[in-house]
Amino acid sequence: MKRSTVLGALALVLVASGCGGQSRPSSAAPGGTVTVLAAASLTESFTQLGKDFERANPGTHVTFSFGGSSTLAQQITAGAPADVFASASPANMKQVTDAGLAAGEPYTFARNQLVIAVAKGNPKRITGLADLTGPDVKVALCARAVPCGAATTKALDAAAVKLTPVTLEQDVKAALSKVRLGEVDAALVYRTDARAAAADVDGVEFPESAKAVNDYPIVALTKGSNPTGATAFVAYVRSQPAAAVLAGAGFQRP
Amino acid sequence: MTLLDAHLVASAGTFRLDVALNAAPGEVVALLGPNGAGKTTALRALAGLHPLAGGHIRLDGTPLDTVPPHRRPVGVVFQDYLLFPHLSALDNVAFGPRCHGVGRAEARRHATGWLDRMGLADQARARPRQLSGGQAQRVALARALAVEPVLLLLDEPLAALDARTRLDTRAHLRRHLAEHPGVTILVTHDPVDAMILADRIVIIEHGRVVQSGDAATVTRQPRTDYVARLVGLNLYRGHGTGHVVTVPGGWALTTTDLVHGEAFVAFPPAAVALHPERPAGSPRNTWPATVDGVERHGDHIRVHLTGPVDTAADITPAAAADLDLALGRHLWAAVKAAETRAYPAAG
Amino acid sequence: MTGRTPLALAVPAAVGLAFLVLPLVGLLARTPWSDLPARLAAPGVVEALRLSLGTATAATVVSVVLGVPLAWLLARRAFPGRRLVRALVTLPLVLPPVVGGVALLLVFGRRGLLGGWLESAFGITVPFTTTAVVLAETFVAMPFLVISVEGALRAANARYEEAAATLGATPWMAFRRVTLPLVAPGVAAGAVLCWARALGEFGATITFAGNFPGRTQTMPLAVYLALESDPAAAIVLSLLLLAVSVAILAGLRERWMSTP
Repeated sequence: MKRSTVLGALALVLVASGCGGQSRPSSAAPGGTVTVLAAASLTESFTQLGKDFERANPGTHVTFSFGGSSTLAQQITAGAPADVFASASPANMKQVTDAGLAAGEPYTFARNQLVIAVAKGNPKRITGLADLTGPDVKVALCARAVPCGAATTKALDAAAVKLTPVTLEQDVKAALSKVRLGEVDAALVYRTDARAAAADVDGVEFPESAKAVNDYPIVALTKGSNPTGATAFVAYVRSQPAAAVLAGAGFQRP
Repeated sequence: MTLLDAHLVASAGTFRLDVALNAAPGEVVALLGPNGAGKTTALRALAGLHPLAGGHIRLDGTPLDTVPPHRRPVGVVFQDYLLFPHLSALDNVAFGPRCHGVGRAEARRHATGWLDRMGLADQARARPRQLSGGQAQRVALARALAVEPVLLLLDEPLAALDARTRLDTRAHLRRHLAEHPGVTILVTHDPVDAMILADRIVIIEHGRVVQSGDAATVTRQPRTDYVARLVGLNLYRGHGTGHVVTVPGGWALTTTDLVHGEAFVAFPPAAVALHPERPAGSPRNTWPATVDGVERHGDHIRVHLTGPVDTAADITPAAAADLDLALGRHLWAAVKAAETRAYPAAG
Repeated sequence: MTGRTPLALAVPAAVGLAFLVLPLVGLLARTPWSDLPARLAAPGVVEALRLSLGTATAATVVSVVLGVPLAWLLARRAFPGRRLVRALVTLPLVLPPVVGGVALLLVFGRRGLLGGWLESAFGITVPFTTTAVVLAETFVAMPFLVISVEGALRAANARYEEAAATLGATPWMAFRRVTLPLVAPGVAAGAVLCWARALGEFGATITFAGNFPGRTQTMPLAVYLALESDPAAAIVLSLLLLAVSVAILAGLRERWMSTP
């Protein structure tokens, strides 16, 4: 704890001296490198937010590591050096807060819903979950152990649809790529993922997805080396400009 | 009657082989020559293991040139035998018959017969690595003969054996080669093997036949330095005018034979006498010579001499002591005309 | 061989050994031994193990049937482009398996070079089937067999084949009755390596064959997914995979390989 404060102060000094005479930062201004571990479905929107944040706070640098939320949570509890964690599921966030590694309460900054990703132009004319049960429709789902899989199970239960997928993918991007490659006819993915791949796939909305909304919590971490930067980044994600970027990517506001 | 009629033209790298070979049924022909002369290439060409660049091979009138090795009626005993290490002696011998479609039991019975004939009945179950050198040689011979080949090819069959085993195996081999009704071609660099095992010797140097004939002729009348060294003779080529042969450089040797034109003259090293001073009475074949080398050679001393011609002389140890042999010592060499042999170089 | 072992060799050797062994120790130390039997008896575990053993064995058989002739060609026949062919054969060794999986999809997938034709002509689809697992494993594992057998063939004296030919053996007979028995230890060693590689295959499998319990979910995939939700289950599965690999490698070593 003590050492990280010292390191943080040192980083501030270095940044301040690097900035020379112009725009002298106050002691609370962020600087240095902020390391953010974020769910894979945040890849596009957070990359954009990182750039915006850097522009708003000259001298700061944001590095991301995107991955499955459960993997990231395990990395954090195993001692991975990180300042911020943005999860695609409260369950994975709970692993981190239970371990006492969160600085404060997690804040839900976005929500995501499932859509049915189909090939561009929807050649199989899929309009809802019931259409996925046909014998000639190949479906990829997320494995139940990962957040998108958990959401899928909820949505299918809500629709009372029984599906036999050809594969249970290890994360949402893998499921989506099977559609993009044309190996399956449909996959249940987040709306944001379908939108990011809009060149190759169409997203078909279905009503039961409302029963399986995914909350995205974010929190600053205690073991990070840049607590000032972490707090500033979390605050930025909650800001109005960030909300606009997230909405543009297909996220809903909580 | 000619059973084998072959003209082998082949190349390997810059080396070129061009050899004509003929043999009658039952005849054993030795290809004798120094290392790298092309003997083994000739053998491999006959077996179909080396491609012919020209010429032909006819066996009993049937062309073999384009027949793949496995369909040629040949049997080969390789220098290192190449017995299949994963098979017993018996199965090694039975391998050929099995390949020719004979049933397992029948092939083994046949192989057992061959091993019996080789005196190896007790070794039937042994793996090649458990056999002695001589035993392995016999298994290799049995394996080659078990396919009843018309053309039997042996590549340095005794080279891998120690001196004692060699003696026994040579006698054994001689007996079996004599019984073989087809043609046997034997490759060797050892003149003793060639003389004992073969009816006829073909000498190959630099890919060409330089001499051929029966053992007695080749021994008595060598036609190249290599053959002369092999049979232990001093050999010179020159111009004959009656009883005198003049070699390039002007040195003349008198012989009892009568030759005209291009001729060889040969004499054994033991016929050369060495004297510290010019011998009195001065026989006609006397010349000054310088000691260039001395080595022990059986129970005598071989002295290499330079002079108008290079010569080897064999003398007794006692004579050597009297002569005070040292490198560079000047001596007089003499040979009696009756001990020389002269013969025409042509033909 | 007597004398002291130089420190300059002993120290790195000890560190290297520790580096290889410690992760296994970690695995054993964190194993939940008390509920191990119950976890091993879980249906998914047995299913994944059976699938892994079955597909790795099938991949090894395919590799032997296709790889031994390929190795023979590389070792015994001079043909134009042989070096290129050898480089291509060994490519999967250095290629990330995921790339291999993508490449397999591009060939056998529904829009792939062969996949589209297979589906339209025969109604066969390869991806997401157990066949796909075998193909993925064969793709990454066969080079091990080819390299091992080619080495054995080069070490074996080609003149035994000539000897066989002079005894009347056709090239095929010479191969079957002489060459193959001579290189049998090399084939066995290659098959063991190949099998072990196939058993551990993950990247190409999950990319090309997907992940479905009982059909394409092999042990490594099960380990990876278990890690997402239940790390203890992942440890148990890893331990089982380790035990099976060690048992079979040790068994085959006794039986086949005479390395001192």
